Amino acid sequence: MPDIKVTPLGAGQDVGRSCILVSIGGKNIMLDCGMHMGYNDDRRFPDFSYITQNGRLTEFLDCVIISHFHLDHCGALPYMSEMVGYDGPIYMTHPTKAICPILLEDFRKITVDKKGETNFFTSQMIKDCMKKVVPLNLHQTVQVDEELEIKAYYAGHVLGAAMVQIKVGSESVVYTGDYNMTPDRHLGAAWIDKCRPDLLISESTYATTIRDSKRCRERDFLKKVHETVERGGKVLIPVFALGRAQELCILLETFWERMNLKAPIYFSTGLTEKANHYYKLFITWTNQKIRKTFVQRNMFEFKHIKAFDRSYADNPGPMVVFATPGMLHAGQSLLIFKKWAGNEKNMVIMPGYCVQGTVGHKILNGQKKLEMEGRATLDVKLQVEYMSFSAHADAKGIMQLIRMAEPRNMLLVHGEAKKMEFLKDKIEQEFSISCYMPANGETTSIVTNPSVPVDISLNLLKREMALGGPLPDAKRPRTMHGTLIMKDNSLRLVSPEQALKELGLSEHQLRFTCRVQLHDPHSDNDTLGRIYTHLKRSANYTTHTSLLQK
Amino acid sequence: MSAHINHVVVVLQQVSLEEVPAKKLRLTKPSKSAALHIDLCKATSPTDALQYLLSFARRPVEAESVEGVVRILLEHYYKESDNSVRLKIASLLGLLSKTQGFAPDCIVDDAINTLNNEKSHQVLAQLLGTLLIIGTQLPDKIAVVQRLIDVACKHLSSTYFGVRNKCLQLLGCLGTVDKPLSKETDAGPGAQTSHVRDVQSVISDYFQDQDPRVRTAAIKAMLQLHERGMKIQQTIYNQACKLLSDDYEQVRSAAVQMVWVLSQLYPESIVPIPSSNEEIRLVDDSFGKICHMVSDGSWVVRVQAAKLLGSMHQVSPHFLEQTLDKKLMSDLRRKRTAHERAKELYASGEFSSGRRWADDAPKEKVDTSGVNLIDSGACGAFVHGLEDEMYEVRISAVEALCSLAQSSPSFAEKCLDFLVDMFNDEIEEVRLQSIHVLRQISTHITLREDQLDTVLAVLEDSSRDIREALHELLCYTNVSTKDCIQLALVELLKNLTKYPTDRNSVWKCLKFLGARHPTLVLPIVPELLSTHPYFDTPEPDMDDPAYIAVLVLVFNAAKSCPTMPALFSDHTFRHYAYLRDSLSHLVPHLRLPGRKQTASSGLEASGVGSGSLESAQNFLQDSLVRVSALQNLETPGAQDLLEFTIRDLLRLGELQTELAGSADFCATYLHCQLLLTKWLSFDDLEFLYSGLETQQIATIHNVRLQAKALQLILTARSKPGVDRVLGACEKFLQDVESFQRLFMTELPHFQDSFVEKLLELMPRLTTCKPLDLVKILQTTLRQSGFIHLKLPEQIHRASATIIEPTGESDNPLKFTTGLVVALDIDATLEHVQDPQTSVKVQVLYPDGQSHIIHPKPGDFRTPGPGRVRLITQVYLSHSAWTEACQIEVRLLLAYSSSSSKQSASKPAWNESMDGLPTSESCIEGTIHLSKPVKVFIMPKPARR
Repeated sequence: MPDIKVTPLGAGQDVGRSCILVSIGGKNIMLDCGMHMGYNDDRRFPDFSYITQNGRLTEFLDCVIISHFHLDHCGALPYMSEMVGYDGPIYMTHPTKAICPILLEDFRKITVDKKGETNFFTSQMIKDCMKKVVPLNLHQTVQVDEELEIKAYYAGHVLGAAMVQIKVGSESVVYTGDYNMTPDRHLGAAWIDKCRPDLLISESTYATTIRDSKRCRERDFLKKVHETVERGGKVLIPVFALGRAQELCILLETFWERMNLKAPIYFSTGLTEKANHYYKLFITWTNQKIRKTFVQRNMFEFKHIKAFDRSYADNPGPMVVFATPGMLHAGQSLLIFKKWAGNEKNMVIMPGYCVQGTVGHKILNGQKKLEMEGRATLDVKLQVEYMSFSAHADAKGIMQLIRMAEPRNMLLVHGEAKKMEFLKDKIEQEFSISCYMPANGETTSIVTNPSVPVDISLNLLKREMALGGPLPDAKRPRTMHGTLIMKDNSLRLVSPEQALKELGLSEHQLRFTCRVQLHDPHSDNDTLGRIYTHLKRSANYTTHTSLLQK
Repeated sequence: MSAHINHVVVVLQQVSLEEVPAKKLRLTKPSKSAALHIDLCKATSPTDALQYLLSFARRPVEAESVEGVVRILLEHYYKESDNSVRLKIASLLGLLSKTQGFAPDCIVDDAINTLNNEKSHQVLAQLLGTLLIIGTQLPDKIAVVQRLIDVACKHLSSTYFGVRNKCLQLLGCLGTVDKPLSKETDAGPGAQTSHVRDVQSVISDYFQDQDPRVRTAAIKAMLQLHERGMKIQQTIYNQACKLLSDDYEQVRSAAVQMVWVLSQLYPESIVPIPSSNEEIRLVDDSFGKICHMVSDGSWVVRVQAAKLLGSMHQVSPHFLEQTLDKKLMSDLRRKRTAHERAKELYASGEFSSGRRWADDAPKEKVDTSGVNLIDSGACGAFVHGLEDEMYEVRISAVEALCSLAQSSPSFAEKCLDFLVDMFNDEIEEVRLQSIHVLRQISTHITLREDQLDTVLAVLEDSSRDIREALHELLCYTNVSTKDCIQLALVELLKNLTKYPTDRNSVWKCLKFLGARHPTLVLPIVPELLSTHPYFDTPEPDMDDPAYIAVLVLVFNAAKSCPTMPALFSDHTFRHYAYLRDSLSHLVPHLRLPGRKQTASSGLEASGVGSGSLESAQNFLQDSLVRVSALQNLETPGAQDLLEFTIRDLLRLGELQTELAGSADFCATYLHCQLLLTKWLSFDDLEFLYSGLETQQIATIHNVRLQAKALQLILTARSKPGVDRVLGACEKFLQDVESFQRLFMTELPHFQDSFVEKLLELMPRLTTCKPLDLVKILQTTLRQSGFIHLKLPEQIHRASATIIEPTGESDNPLKFTTGLVVALDIDATLEHVQDPQTSVKVQVLYPDGQSHIIHPKPGDFRTPGPGRVRLITQVYLSHSAWTEACQIEVRLLLAYSSSSSKQSASKPAWNESMDGLPTSESCIEGTIHLSKPVKVFIMPKPARR
């Protein structure tokens, strides 16, 4: 039986380093090629030696598809293509293609320039790698080769995030990447048609969470910021440069506009400016509101948000500052935090998750005294708020997507094993489809039942139609009488006469005879007549059954 | 038997076929069809023929020549081999049979015949479309309809989807409503055994068609049957439900509608729940299913589902409340929603601080088997709908919430949190809608403090519409505690300082807030008025809008709380007197202990004005009786009496807003009479007031005739030219004539009046010379009596006030010559009928130039019945001035003169209107609707 094989090199029962190998209909595809934030050694990148021990990957992979620009989905790309060696096509959407190199360059700078690592990819490598990229449009079917085709669907999550349908013949796989089923201030909700794939590979970051409405979160956030600003306090919002930062910017910008507020909002610059430029360009990838109003005003051209300068931190009066990085472990956000921590009028809002050991994690746990380098301690008097603005689908969202796509099998990646277990049970219970959750390096194979397309000659079809009953039953399978010709990799169904003609064969008739002795009291003619009528009646039946058998 | 019938049919068809050429010869006579005939014969190629047909289709055809044209077309149809031309002919047939005054029965046979020989599917579909049109033109001809249905049934088995579509459409539009098909078809021609069924089951067969378009058409046909009054059978319900999970959105969309229709038809019947033994009401089951569609993949379906939910009032409360259900979970631990937390905080007496660490920390562990990730049935439908990506869905969901909440108070209470959340939607339309909705259900609810807090936060919105909608909402809101009142007041005052233009709206809002919650206001009065038990506090500034706002709140609360005035300090009473006089619409009458009546006027002094409506009405009647005692205006003292009455009436109107219209009307009328006696002309009494009855209008017209007579006499005397007088006389006579036609029924009321006398003399008037006429008029005028007004129930005066610009600004609006400057105008209109067309803005420049600007229809908003808000911009431009100067801006009410207006408003008079002379009736006129406002502007010369 034909099957689809899936092997996660990363993100199998884990978050980070997404890299999934799929072989379908004789094609090998790599889905995402990310790095792991938690490691600084070889475990940082997926283990490409799984594919081949030595040499280049080109001959083993038909294509690579990148779902979105987050580093845990594309961070290992230059390493794979330039250092390991891959020359085939790399598919990603236009916004991803635009923003991805910025992030890769930033990542390279931090690792090489700051941490001083060697044996890392260079700027030139990033450039060379990006040259291999083929851009995708939403809902555009791209023919990778004659048999393999891919199609991108909108995934929400970040600008340009896509879900990809991979199709070979009648077998298909959908890979979701990261997605979000609830729309937010700048992105729409993920959407897919009822494509009924053989396998749906879905992320499951929030497999065990059902979230409250975003409106409550937004309102809380805005209220807190507003109150602090009205009190004359300063608000620090540590963010990572892309994705959620834009979301919060839009949120604050529109609020400022609506409420006619005057307090300044600053954004500490860096790669944001370049990225913001792309946000302005790719309006078609945003949500309904932004798409509809950009003719009057592009929402990403912020009126109230200005670039931050280090000296502004000491300015008197209220202000709101977005600063990187998001976990307060270094850089500008930490600098500003140190300056403002002493005043209880001020506030810091942590919009995302913080890794253990960072300042962010400490203050979220209510620590009031922080030890800084050089034995200095810092009193934390300002208010600390936590607010989750994550753009992943929650358990309900995942179920909703399954309902939308109606897959025959399900495979979970990009989540913790324990949480996956719960979701897996739920999926099997609700949809009664089998669900898999392979670990890294573990191969799952899914048996498929692909249909074999056969060309049928029009004449034969018409003849059968003329025989057939009323039309409304057309969805039911029907038996018909014909000859199957398998020739040059193609299958055709033609009428027997035509087949004979094409193959240059003459018709042979086989006659079966047998002798039956009858003891009948009637006269010969009479007997003959009776047998004839009897046979005639059953002949109808037999011709019919013979059709069925053929 | 049936073979015999078939035979008859064939014979019939042959007959009709033979008839065609005979008729054709007879009917080629009309020129139009002849021309078409020649054109079509000339056509050498299909393209040519198509061109001819296209150009022919552009011209209308008279009803009498339609049949001829149809014959010509049919003839060509049979000859034509090209599909596209035949298609066009078929569509033309349809168009032609729609011609007014043409009865298409005569072409039914021919049209049906064409079907028999047609091979092309497209043309067949088009022909069926034509039959559909013919059928809808002849709904009463049972025989024709029956034949068409048979034809449709025959073609239902076509392989082309278009043909099946049209057949289903035909069945939907024409299928017999009262009786099943079977009886008719049994006897009728072309009956086959398969047709011994009713239309519904025939159509429902196609619910499973392979083509989604046909499936859609089948459902639509069924809906069409429903619209035409046929009772859809309940058996279809299961099929319709299956179609809800169709792959195609148009099918799902139609199926949602179908399910909804069935739920309205059979709400109480019981359906089993699959995979269990339980049974539920059909309306609940379908409600669950439609709720499910709110999370459909296609937004068109989502919008429809959300809309339909709003009209399912019969659903049980249990299911209704599920729609707002949501259970949160974090890492498999149960979590409370923000709404629940807010409620708990409120219940525990601690007002939401939002500062408690981890107050949203997950609680107990959830039993994994108990978690339902797939929403079954109605669960959380509105939670989904309100968070949808498309604002169309969100708006529909809000509307549906509103309509469901109006019929169920407990649901209203529950959906409050969600509606309040919607105040923060990113799209203004949605915010506005949810505010309006909350207002509509406000009778059922009381806002909690934390909810009020969220609502009030919206007061800072920069959009005026939002703020005003919110003020309107607060007018109708019930709040629970005195803190809420204080909170609302503080926020409203903040709003007032931030947006001073909201003054009126804020005051009005506080008026209702005070009147609604007297007991809650009472304990905070000393604080509000900053009085102190021992010390005198400084007197606040009377012109401060914020102080006025507080006073409005307090006085309105005091109206139904007699103990409150005891808390007032001296200056409060003084301020009351002042405000009662200057802002009488905001400040009610208070019975103040131990104080003289504060408002003093001749009216009150006469002991009538205790403030109640009744006595004021009595006073109005008295005044009118007094005036009616007058027989002749020439009598000395009569004019004085009139003048006094007018003054009284005007004052009464100011004090009693309910009677303002009536009083004002009387006053103006009397004023006109007075002016008339003073040899002056008048106009526009009629258009400014709505609610007038015929008699009053006739009275006004009587006065108008008098005035015109006067004018005539005046012209005759001052300008001796005969021609001019002649023209004027003719016009006058026409007026009299039209009066007679219009108010024939009212004439008995006009005994001894000018008109009556005039009409008596009419035969003489029409024949005599102008100068004689003038003489006769003069004497009649002298003799005629004074007609008294009888008041109808309610009279409203159309009025307008310009709120903005205020005309107080000393800073000129500067702009460069040749360019334009936009001036924001904000005005309220009251009792203006059809403001979109009748209200204009007039800008009067100092050099006498006057511009009339028509505001866009979108600039008019209707915040309440009879009230219209005009918020618009007018563009000003002028050549350079040396210094700033004032221009005048005012609103005008346009009317097209008497007769045409009446015909529009009172269609019953149409017959009598037909013969009226139109020369005068089309003159457009305008009346000043508002006081002018002066705006300082300064066009500067352009800099080079």
